Amino acid sequence: MAIEAFIAGPAGSYAAIGAMAVATYLCRASGVALMSRLRLTPRVTRAVKALPGSIVVATVAPLAAQAGLAAMAGVLAALATMIVLRRELAALVAGLGTVALLRHFGL
Amino acid sequence: MSPPPFTFGAAMHGARLTLPLLPSVMVFAAAFGAAAAGKGLSFVETVAMSGLVYAGASQMVSLELWREAWSLPSVVEVAAVTAVVNARMILMGAAIQPWLAPAPARRNAVQCFFLTDASWLLGTRYQAGGGRDHGMLLGAGVFLWIVWVGTTSAGYLAGALVRDPARYGLDVLMPIFFAAMLVSLWQGARLAIPWAVAGVVALAAQALTPGYLFIIIGALAGMLAGACADGD
Repeated sequence: MAIEAFIAGPAGSYAAIGAMAVATYLCRASGVALMSRLRLTPRVTRAVKALPGSIVVATVAPLAAQAGLAAMAGVLAALATMIVLRRELAALVAGLGTVALLRHFGL
Repeated sequence: MSPPPFTFGAAMHGARLTLPLLPSVMVFAAAFGAAAAGKGLSFVETVAMSGLVYAGASQMVSLELWREAWSLPSVVEVAAVTAVVNARMILMGAAIQPWLAPAPARRNAVQCFFLTDASWLLGTRYQAGGGRDHGMLLGAGVFLWIVWVGTTSAGYLAGALVRDPARYGLDVLMPIFFAAMLVSLWQGARLAIPWAVAGVVALAAQALTPGYLFIIIGALAGMLAGACADGD
């Protein structure tokens, strides 16, 4: 099929970017467009409030577990730094520094 | 009631309101650019994604799903994961809808494209303070978009200079950045249970299901746990 050939070709990455852009725009617009028909019960609100953090945990935990000890230590270092200093940049530097250091020593 | 105003002055005001948020936005965009360079995306792909998708968390997650050769199922997978990560925007849009409703639909369609967590938050505050000018929301969104795309480019170029990304931990930049983000999302122990459920279910799903389904399964489990939690 033409679409499959296009996706398998060199422009496939742009098909992925386009699909992501459409999915995101639909998320942005659907809340505005469907509001008159959507009923936001407290239960729905609580569920959506739990979503951002759930996504982060559901992404980070498996990826860190897969990436090994150095990555896990980096994640923990970033978490600890962020809790203490509340600065994203400091957390990033602490996390990456930990990974680099541990890998340098062969962990 | 007269139609809501839509002025350039309010747009400039909206852009100014974003200034305190710029350090975090710029760190995020630069981190995404550098991570994209580390994952082997081209400069044009990276900038196109920031410009067209314009939703940091989903862009970061997509890097984990990125591949050299694409197929229809892998495109559907990345779109589905993107939709789950950005599902919070449905609620943001719904919350701001009553304020936007009196404006022309076409203008609101443009507003939607530029709606981000940051501009939504500022718009909600502005609206709560009695603000009526819709220019404020678009001004904040467009200004943040310019900063987002510009800083992504800078981050990519800096990341591309690094020959061996793994040596500096850049290959795991995404989980590290996400872990730090979690601290900002913390709103008290109430969220701890849904998050823990999401983590445990995602780890189990990783062992049992192919690809990156574990993100969707884990996130939905966390949402479900949140829905079942006691009211506040």
